[in-house]
Formats: sequence, structure tokens, C-alpha cells
Amino acid sequence: MSSLPPSSDSLSAEQALPATKNKSKKLLLVLLAPLALAGCQVPSFGGYKGVTKTANSTFHLWQGFNLAAIVVGGITLAVMAWAIFAYRAKKGDGSIPKQTQYHIPLEVTYTVIPILVVVGLFVATVVVENQVVADPTPSATINVTAFQWGWKFTYPGTKAVVVGQTTASPIMVMPVNQDVRINLVSSDVIHGFYIPEFNFSRFAQPGMVNTFTFHANKTGLYSAQCSQLCGLYHSLMYFRVDVVSPSQYQAWISSKNASTSARTAIAANGAIVIQDNPGIPVIPSHSNGAQ
Amino acid sequence: MTDVIDRPVNLDSDDQGPVNPDHGHDHGHDHHGPSGLVKWMTSTDHKVIGISYTVTSLTMMIIGGAFAEIIRAQLVSPTSTLVSFAQYNELFTMHGSVMIYLFVGPFAFAGLANYLVPLQIGAPDMAFPRLNLLSYWLYLSGSLVMLSGFLTSGGAANFGWVGYAPLSNVTASPGSGADLWIVALMLTGFSAIFSGVNLVATIFYLRAPGMTLFRMPIFTWNMLITGILILLAFPILTGGLVMLYCDRHFGTHIFTVSGGGVPLLWQHIFWFWGHPEVYILALPMFGMVTEVFAVFSKKPIFGYRGMVFATISIGALSLGVWAHHMFTTGAVLLPFFSAMSLLIAVPTGIKMFNWIGTMWGGKVTYSTSMLMAMGFLFTFLVGGITGIYLASPPIDFFTHDTYFVVAHFHSVVMALVLGAMSAIFLWFPKMSGIMLNERLGKFQFWFLFIGTQVFTFPMYLVGLKGMPRRMAVYPNNPSWQSLNQWASVGALLIGISMVFFIVNALYSFKKRVPAGDNPWDAQTLEWYTSSPPPAHNFVSLPPIHSERPTWDYNHPDHLSLGHGDKEKAKAGS
Ligand code: HEM
Ligand SMILES: [Cu+2]
Ligand SMILES: [Cu+2]
Repeated sequence: MSSLPPSSDSLSAEQALPATKNKSKKLLLVLLAPLALAGCQVPSFGGYKGVTKTANSTFHLWQGFNLAAIVVGGITLAVMAWAIFAYRAKKGDGSIPKQTQYHIPLEVTYTVIPILVVVGLFVATVVVENQVVADPTPSATINVTAFQWGWKFTYPGTKAVVVGQTTASPIMVMPVNQDVRINLVSSDVIHGFYIPEFNFSRFAQPGMVNTFTFHANKTGLYSAQCSQLCGLYHSLMYFRVDVVSPSQYQAWISSKNASTSARTAIAANGAIVIQDNPGIPVIPSHSNGAQ
Repeated sequence: MTDVIDRPVNLDSDDQGPVNPDHGHDHGHDHHGPSGLVKWMTSTDHKVIGISYTVTSLTMMIIGGAFAEIIRAQLVSPTSTLVSFAQYNELFTMHGSVMIYLFVGPFAFAGLANYLVPLQIGAPDMAFPRLNLLSYWLYLSGSLVMLSGFLTSGGAANFGWVGYAPLSNVTASPGSGADLWIVALMLTGFSAIFSGVNLVATIFYLRAPGMTLFRMPIFTWNMLITGILILLAFPILTGGLVMLYCDRHFGTHIFTVSGGGVPLLWQHIFWFWGHPEVYILALPMFGMVTEVFAVFSKKPIFGYRGMVFATISIGALSLGVWAHHMFTTGAVLLPFFSAMSLLIAVPTGIKMFNWIGTMWGGKVTYSTSMLMAMGFLFTFLVGGITGIYLASPPIDFFTHDTYFVVAHFHSVVMALVLGAMSAIFLWFPKMSGIMLNERLGKFQFWFLFIGTQVFTFPMYLVGLKGMPRRMAVYPNNPSWQSLNQWASVGALLIGISMVFFIVNALYSFKKRVPAGDNPWDAQTLEWYTSSPPPAHNFVSLPPIHSERPTWDYNHPDHLSLGHGDKEKAKAGS
């Protein structure tokens, strides 16, 4: 699977802006410097701080967008409220106001300022985007195959395979502090490979392998699920991601290589992963299914 | 000021051409021929067709809204069994499809537009009246075909309103509900294309003497751009649907990997229509509220020309941003589509500031129509800002297909609903000759406005927590429950607002408070004629020297003052 060509976007994003990359990185530093200084004082605005390197950058971008939105939206809202409340006609006042129209300097101002804001947002976007889609040489590779309605994780060069459907929530084990390459594909319809705490999702598509890299910086077991409608049991297409130390990861891989049973496996954290036969959907009792 | 343009010969053979004070009432064909239902079914009068469209599309809003209430009822508990998984998929698919294809679009570009555009430019009818009637019948039959999916054994279409391949192929979605959905969209698609042709032709060829392009009301301007966008976008969708149908039934492999096809192609085709479609839905409402702000501030539109250029640039940019719906496919050029999408914020901001500028220094009356327009302004600001977030691919990566997106586009579409209501309260007196009740209208406004915010804000938050859209249940995440319950409360408030609306319509038709020709002291040409207007719209026309001929005629001492005109005005008075 990994022999297939990687997806085009990681290339195109960098090809499009090779020269500006460094410059814009500096620009982003300037733009985000207040953020960095303020550190944790800047609220999360409901987003996840993230547990991978790029999830952290994405989180900062998210904070930046929120600050910009608060400033621009706040000013607009204030002006709007003033216009609505200050010019309310008094009861019985039938007089006609001055019929003013057009004000070129003002019109130029409210065209130029938004352009500047948009340019700023675009530069910040491109800097973070280039990190997110970067494709460094990985220390580990995982092939992920989505199917109706479950996930299969294979580790090329090893015997490790994890498969599970719906609420069985198969676990993708990966090492912390290492670049891990994911090759993502679907064997039927489109699915969404979405890990909220990685601040990342990508479509799993048939006939097309999507490649991207995670660099997790915090161990833990993270919940995840399919985000793109894929049919009847889309709501139950769960999986989990277990980020473990590199030594635990190696131990897990070795145990899988040594394991004779293909049907059960011990996850690094000790949990038993049930490997269902992909042909038999696990239908929860409360669902009355397709009728 | 005599740059009168020649009026081309009207294409409706019964019409006598230029408006003439002596005809219109004793016009032969008004007094014989069918009556009642048959008359309604066969009338090619743009006003009759416009009202048919408006009533049908509002009925669709109620049907789509009922589906939404069931969806929200299902989501109050993480393991609710109110509807089955299969039914849930049908419900959100049909909710989205009914709302987008059968309510907002037809309401905006065929309902009010049909009624108002000829009146606003002083024309006796649309350019192709019979084509117009065909449009309506295609739309009505398409609507019935789509809804009839519920009657099939496999149920209605269930692959989402976007019908992504390969989920929409015959293996994954074998039911005939899916086929009915495809056929319905072909029918309504042709209906839209014909409406687009009619709008563009009418605006270019049937303007009254003196009605130059830059004297057209903003609503008509927006309908011109909308018409052009329809002609550019809808044929693409219709073509895509034909391909999808062939894949399903005639053995082609256009979107099927096994035969060498490319599923991703469907997304390109769909969104190449789909993003312009967003503006095909939005531009008419933008035009409507623009008129409302001017009327209830008693002022000209602040930057009329800026507004026109903003509309044109939104239309142009909207053709180059489709792949922002496809950032997570990993197969599109991220920086280009991100930049184009961010840029749309600029003309949209121009519009926002123009609406504010129109109120500035005016005498603002808080009529129901104006309250709805103000509600539009706030709700659209929220939807617009969150749209800018989504134009940034890294942010889209973690919000795509979550409730954050559902919340974003509901801020936008609920703003459009507020805009539509604003327009209904403004123009209902013109269309019916009677007034809607203001008291009931204000109740409707508060329920609708507060309901919209209570509905959308929790959805933003639950989306950020990671709740994907199109979930019938969320058994692993009971912590999402309370936010979902708040969203459902909001949906209930919105539902109640619609009850006020229906009661208001019934009550007003019973009370019949006469409206008169121009109850709001409004500014554009449609307010010059009677309410409702006679068969061919005008018995006479006022001179047209600006974009608000009726105002100029009624208030010759209060003409618009451009920037720098203050001194002149002072010196003159
Ligand atoms: C009473 C007002 C409304 C409520 C309570 C409501 C509720 C919802 C909810 C909860 C969903 C998400 C379902 C899911 O992903 O599981 C949804 C989806 C959707 N809604 Fe609404 N909605 C309302 C009005 C509208 C309007 C006015 C429009 C359009 C003009 C609209 C268009 C859509 C579309 C296109 C979808 C996506 C369907 C899909 O995922 O395929 N909604 N609505
Ligand atoms: Cu899914
Ligand atoms: Cu779009």
C-alpha cells in the first residue's frame, strides 16, 4: 500500500509557496508573538490544545483566528448596535432624515482593512498548513483501512494487525515523540479518519491512498471515530489511538510478531482488543437497524 | 436627465408594449377564459406564478422544519431510539435536501424574484411567461417526486444532501428512494435553469424607459447576478446527476473505482455547483434586506454602487472556491482555495458595512420586517465569521464534518430565513393588499431570533468537542448530551416561531386590514402601483431619475445627497 504514490496535497502546498515559506514563518512568529507571550492566558475557545506537534500549531492558529474574530467582530457589532439603537425614530416622529449617501474615504477604509486582515489570516494559515502536511521520513508506518463499519490497522514489515468494528473500537497503537506515517485508504465508501485531540481529520477514500504524518508528544488513549457519513452504522464507527513510549511500542510489535493467535491481541496498555470478523456487523441492542 | 432607453417589444404576444395609462384594465383577455383553479394552473402572470412559488416553498420550509424537529428530538439522549439508524439517515438527508433544493432556492430566486423583478423595473411580466409556468410545474413535480421517496419500501434517499459517491452508488444505496432523489433534482434543476434564463432576459430586455442598469433596485441587481450564477452552476449539477444515474443503472463507471472511475469527481462536480449555490441562495436575501434597511431607515442605500460591485465580485469569486468543501480529501490545492475563500470576506464585509451605513443617521423604525432584518444582520455576522475559520485548511481539518460546520451553515441559513421573513413582512401587503399583524410578527421575531442563537451556539461547542455530524446516537460520549439538549430547545423555539407565522397569515386574511399602495413609504417602483398590482402591473409610471423613483416622486424635496453634496444642499435651502 505504501508503494502507491502519496497524496498530492503535501507536495502542492509546498510547491505553491516555496520561497515565501521562511519569510512567512517569521511573519507568523510576529503575528503570534503576543499569543506566545500570553501563554496559557489566551483561552482555548473550546478547542483542544492537541497532543501532537501539529495539533499544537493548529491550536495556536485557532486561538489567533478567535482573537482576530473578537476584534473585528466586536468592532462590527459595536457599530451595528450603535446604528440600531442610536437612530431609532421617536414615536410619532414622522420627519425625514438627511438623505446622505456615499462617503468615498469611508468606503475605501472598509474595503482596505478587511483585505489586510485577510492577508494576515492567510499567511498564518499557510505557515501552519505547511507543518501539518509536511512529510518527513518516518520512524514507523501504519496502514489504515476503513471499511463499513470499522477499521483495520496494519504495521508494514511486522505481523501486527488490529481489526475491529463499530463499538468494538479497535486501537491504533503508535509511539510517542516519533514521526509516524499513516497511509489511509478505504475499501468501500468514503470514511472520515478523525481524531479530535490530534486536531486532525482526513478522508479515507477508495482507490486513493492519503498519506500524512503524526508526531504525538503526549502518551495516552484517545477516542476517535469516523466523521464522514458512510451508511447505516456511521454513528458507531469508533476507534481509539493509544500513544505509548517507543519501548512499549516495540514490545507490542514483538508480541504481535510472536503471537500465534490472530483473533485476540493484548494492547500496550493491557486492554484486550477483540478482533471481529469484518463480515459480521456488531449491532448494538438498542438499534432497530434497517427496517 | 433624459437618458431614456428604448423599451424592446414585449415577448408576450398579448401585450401592447410600452406602458400606456389607457390600457391594462380593459384588456380583452382578462375578462374571458378560465377561472378558479384552472385559471391559477394556467396563468402565465408572473405575480400568480410568484405567489405559487412562494406558498409552495414555504410549505417545503414547514416540511423540512418538521424533519429537523424530529432530528433534534432524537439527539436529546445519547442512545435515543425515537427513530432507527436508517430512518435517521433518511431524515437528515431529506431535511437538508428539502431545505436547500425545495425551500430557500425556489423561495428566493423564483418566488419573490418572480413577483418583484418585473415590478421593480417597470415591466408588465417576465420575458418568457410560458417558460416561467413550466418552471413552476417542474419545481412542483420535482418536490413531490423527492418526497415520494418516503413511500418506497427502501425509504427515502439516505446518503446526505450531497450524495457523495460511492455511497450513492447502487451497491451502497440500492433503494429507489435514491433514484427518486436524483430524478427530483434533475426536475428542479431544469426549473432553476429556466428561472435563471427568465431573470437574466427580463432584466436585460424589459426595463422601463429611464430604468438604466445603475438605477435598478439592489434586489433586482442581486437577482441579475443570481440568474447568471444559476446559468453557470446548475447545468453542472444536472450533468453530474445524469452521470450518477447512468452509474447506477446503465453500467457506466464514472464514479466507480472498479471500472476505472473516480469517486472524487462527484465532489468536484457537486461543489462546483454547490458553492455558487450558497450565493444563489444568499444573494436574493441580501437584496431583500438591503431594501428593508433603506425603507425602515427612510434613507437611500448608503453605498449603492459599492453594493453592486460587491455583489458582482461575490458572484465571480464564488465560482473559484468550491474545493474548500474538499480540504480533507487530501486532493486539492490548499493555498489557492483557502485564499479565494478568505477573499470573499471582503465584499461580504462591504455589504455588512453598507447595511449599517444605511441605518446610520436615519430614522429607524422597529417594524417586524426591520427587526427580522436586524436579526439577519447579527446571525449572518456569526455565520460569516465562522465561515472564515473554515476557509483555513488546518482549522477545517479538525472541524470538517463535525457539528461546528453544522452550526456554521445553520447560522447562515437561519440568517437567510430571517431575511426571508423580513421580506415577507415588507412585501406581503403589496402581494395581497392587506397587512400582516405586527404584534404576532414581533412574537415570531423574538422566538425565531433567540431560538436561532440557542440552537446554533451549543452546536459550535459540541462540534469543537469532536461530535461528528450525521450521528443517530452518541453512546460513547454522554458528556455531549447537555449541549445537544440546548440545541434542541433552540430548535423548539424556532418551531414555535413558525406557529406564530402561520397563525398570523390566517388571522390577517380574516381581518383584512387594507394596505394601500405604499404603506411603508417605500422607495422603489413596485410601491408606485396598486396593491395588489393590476394584470399588467402599471397603469402609469413615475419619471425614473434614480434608484428610488417612488421616493423621488413622493418626496421631491428630499432627493439623495452624495458625498460632498452637503454644501450644495445647504446653499440651496
Ligand atoms: C428549525 C430550524 C432547523 C433545525 C432545528 C435544523 C436542524 C438540523 C440538524 C440538527 C442537522 C444535522 C443533522 C445531522 O448532521 O445529524 C441539520 C442538517 C442540515 N440542515 Fe438544518 N435545521 C434547521 C433549518 C435549516 C434550514 C433553514 C436549512 C437550509 C436552508 C437547513 C439545511 C440543512 C442542511 C443542508 C443540513 C445537512 C444535511 C446533511 O447532513 O446531509 N436547515 N439541520
Ligand atoms: Cu462513517
Ligand atoms: Cu462553499
